[in-house]
Amino acid sequence: MSSTLFDKVWDSHVVRHIEGGPDVVFIDRHMIHEVTSPVAFLGLKNRGIKVLYPQRTFATADHNTPTINQHLPVADPLSANQLKALEANSAEHGISHWGLGHQKNGIVHVVGPEYGITQPGATIVCGDSHTSTHGAFGAIAFGIGTSEVEMVLASQCIMQPKPKKMRINITGSLGFGVTPKDVALFIISKLTTSGATGYFVEYAGKVFEEMTMEGRMTVCNLSIEMGARGGMIAPDETTFNYIKGREFTPKGEAWDKAMAYWQTLKTDADAVFDKEYTFDGSEIEPMITYGTNPGMGIGISKDIPNAEAVEGGKATYEKSLNYMGFHEGEAMIGKPVDYVFIGSCTNGRIEDFRAFASIVKGRHKAENVTAWLVPGSHIVEAKIKEEGLLDIFTEAGFVLRQPGCSACLAMNDDKIPAGKYAVSTSNRNFEGRQGPGSRTLLASPLVAAAAAVTGKVTDPRELMK
Amino acid sequence: MAYDKFTILKSPAVPLPIENVDTDQIIPARFLKATERKGFGDNLFRDWRYNSDGTPKADFVLNNPTYKGKILVGGKNFGSGSSREHAAWAVYDYGFRAVVSSFFADIFKGNCLNIGVLPVQVSPQFLERIFTAIHANPDTELEINLPEQRITLLETGESEQFDISSYKKENLMNGFDDIDYLQNIKPEIQEFAKQLPL
Ligand code: SF4
Repeated sequence: MSSTLFDKVWDSHVVRHIEGGPDVVFIDRHMIHEVTSPVAFLGLKNRGIKVLYPQRTFATADHNTPTINQHLPVADPLSANQLKALEANSAEHGISHWGLGHQKNGIVHVVGPEYGITQPGATIVCGDSHTSTHGAFGAIAFGIGTSEVEMVLASQCIMQPKPKKMRINITGSLGFGVTPKDVALFIISKLTTSGATGYFVEYAGKVFEEMTMEGRMTVCNLSIEMGARGGMIAPDETTFNYIKGREFTPKGEAWDKAMAYWQTLKTDADAVFDKEYTFDGSEIEPMITYGTNPGMGIGISKDIPNAEAVEGGKATYEKSLNYMGFHEGEAMIGKPVDYVFIGSCTNGRIEDFRAFASIVKGRHKAENVTAWLVPGSHIVEAKIKEEGLLDIFTEAGFVLRQPGCSACLAMNDDKIPAGKYAVSTSNRNFEGRQGPGSRTLLASPLVAAAAAVTGKVTDPRELMK
Repeated sequence: MAYDKFTILKSPAVPLPIENVDTDQIIPARFLKATERKGFGDNLFRDWRYNSDGTPKADFVLNNPTYKGKILVGGKNFGSGSSREHAAWAVYDYGFRAVVSSFFADIFKGNCLNIGVLPVQVSPQFLERIFTAIHANPDTELEINLPEQRITLLETGESEQFDISSYKKENLMNGFDDIDYLQNIKPEIQEFAKQLPL
């Protein structure tokens, strides 16, 4: 029987199927961080259980860490306590722990791929919804809750019903100034934030085939924002070239064996999806969001839609615009911006900083803008320095911070103040996501850079001519 | 973690007729710093419930004594966003045992089922009926009957069937969780792991 990429990976990991219930699915790799794991370890302790396969779990601290002065003790006692708990729990159970200050420390979904923990055909989970990022490698990767973190620690399995399958094809090529982030925001704006709930998505078509691994990670990362469990892209030469030689990828004979297997990981020509969408890549513009969920996005040159034109209740829509301080029919171009944030597991990789640098080079940060440049990991940070991007940033009046989730969820001190507008390369524009009362406009690193140097929402293509 | 067994719940309900209620609203990130599962109910809907100086916002439904009960009724796509189980913990800790909506985000729904909060998905029409009934009479009671998988507006007798897998239903009715199950099949898991390519 013909099957999809998703079927192949999922089915090969089903330990047993429970009639009228979920599948018991074996998990190859488990990433943990300080925020969603402590209660899971507490659960193990109460039950008197040890971690079954400690070598399959990797711990990094990222959500709650400061992005300046990381060499100093963490000031917030609650945050410090979570970091200590992660360290102690990892030590007790023999789990690799990349804590604050460790050379391999960084955002969980950035370091996983960097060290080759993320591999095609693997099942990967983490107590963070953007685990979908790892799907870029042809892995099944998704976010789980703390009870499930405890399950994976205890048994290396989770229990979930098999999701339905969706394929999203993007044909053609992307236009000038259009990035993977725009592709993702475009798709979410079409499907809405619940359009893919209950599905696992495969992205296919020329646009994805031509995309770099980092771009694919950005797209898969945002799968969750349309409600999907996760998203994946069939591994190809681009994938294999990226992972080859990384610390945790197979070497020598094991590599050849893995390659033989990985090359079988594609959807059969006659496989059937429960739902399928096709869009034309050339129709996508640089995108920006104007509301309080990631589905509320438009091409940057467009006006904020009228309530009648959007799905969902008018009351919800008005509440959202009211929070943002925007009105129906207004243009986004020219809106003043107070903060710019480049970083997160969505756009905190080297290509994102290169894109940002391409626009700020030879220009200067706008007076009215506070900018936070936060690399996703120490590797990204080191590359920024090596490639001379740091010099470009410094000359343009920007400061580089240290790796972490930072203003993506504002658990540390990187909070956007109430009422302020932030153009942000992260993944969520929910009310208060970036700090109580903060107003977030999600966009690509190019749009963020254009805002950072002009102090307002600006079409980056204007600055790229 | 042990939770109350769920069979039949009869209670008035608290209405929250907003769509796309995300987990950042249910519990903002800055309240996720605990290392124990305690006290999350205090910060349920924190920023909708309290002003920045900590005073309650009079117009938010949880601050309105007219509405009470163990059932929360929310708009479509309830629980979207983050995987934080803390959102489900906050709902449970506050005292809710069931959430009713016409559509739930996946991870939130799974988290609820894992900790003993029953997500009840009803048709958009029935959801409207519930909101209207509560609006007309805040004391109106809902009955959620898990064994029969039925939700009923007691005043009028209108009711609807809801879906739940037989496995999860069994768990909720007995207060079991998945780890109990997985512990029992450990040898099978270990055997399975040996033949995996990765
Ligand atoms: S950067 Fe944001 S979305 Fe990504 S792991 Fe950190 S908090 Fe989660």
